Amino acid sequence: MRKSTAAFAVWPEEESVRARVFVMPKKEVLDPQGKAVARSLQALGFTEVGEVRVGKLIELELQADDRRQAAERTEAMCRKLLANGVIEDFSFEIEE
Amino acid sequence: MRWGVVVFPGSNDDQDTLWAIEQVLGEPVVRLWHKDADLHGVDVVVLPGGFSYGDYLRCGAMARFSPIMDKVIEFAGRGGLVWGICNGFQVLCEAGLLPGALVRNRDRRFVCAMSYVRVEDNDTPFTRLCRRGEVLRIPIKHGEGCYVADATTLELLERNRQVLLRYVDANGRATSEANPNGSLDNIAGIVNESRNVFGLMPHPEHAVEKWMGSDDGLKFFQSVLAAQRNPGTTDRTAVAPGH
Repeated sequence: MRKSTAAFAVWPEEESVRARVFVMPKKEVLDPQGKAVARSLQALGFTEVGEVRVGKLIELELQADDRRQAAERTEAMCRKLLANGVIEDFSFEIEE
Repeated sequence: MRWGVVVFPGSNDDQDTLWAIEQVLGEPVVRLWHKDADLHGVDVVVLPGGFSYGDYLRCGAMARFSPIMDKVIEFAGRGGLVWGICNGFQVLCEAGLLPGALVRNRDRRFVCAMSYVRVEDNDTPFTRLCRRGEVLRIPIKHGEGCYVADATTLELLERNRQVLLRYVDANGRATSEANPNGSLDNIAGIVNESRNVFGLMPHPEHAVEKWMGSDDGLKFFQSVLAAQRNPGTTDRTAVAPGH
């Protein structure tokens, strides 16, 4: 489920890269926080608001030889710690 | 029988658990620090309640990678008894020792109340002194105790009789009103397939003497002790429905 991993540029040497990881509750998991935010928005007059889901944005800096390596390492981090596959989905972007 | 209680930074029910084991049950117990790399020869490991590592990222997510957890996972793999209470239950789910996960309560509120739970199965070292269908009064206090798992997992839990406790009303009925946090199928506690790893959201260590309002929680501690002294016998009688 990753974004922006196409068109890998090859960098001359190890560089610091920034990754933005998005962690969202799975569709089938109840998101009481999202529901509460939706209700509040509607009560404030934003009646056009439908479903709201609240997740997390994690920004991290890492050293990598190239974008591909940065993406592979970020994905490993998501699987191991940043997201819990039972209840959450993740995606990420790698920025230079 | 030698007990061990793991202390993570942010654990806050470790003292109550130690006290329940040492002062009420009368058994030797050691504190296991999260950085310890061995279990000091204990026969049962308890992961207590609290907010390990500030509950950062997800409840139990960081604690799962502390040095002692490698040993706990190894111990559980050899059939050792592991028992997680509240935050300890969350850690066991994060570690993959128990299926499913615990998420924010349905009503988004932290709940602190006495709860009724029904014992669904007593064929485990943790519930063997309980009767099936017996209703226990045990307090709960948590913000993220809503048990979730996918449909396949839930079916397996039922088929293998791994659901040990369900939230019920005083009459033993598992109604939606009796469910304090939105847990699927009113699940309050489960055991793994090999029946040596137990996790529950209620706090038995806060219900071990009459003056606490209930001493029903002591049954789990006594069960573990009885199982160790006399493995292999379980009271298979059940309480009539409705109790």
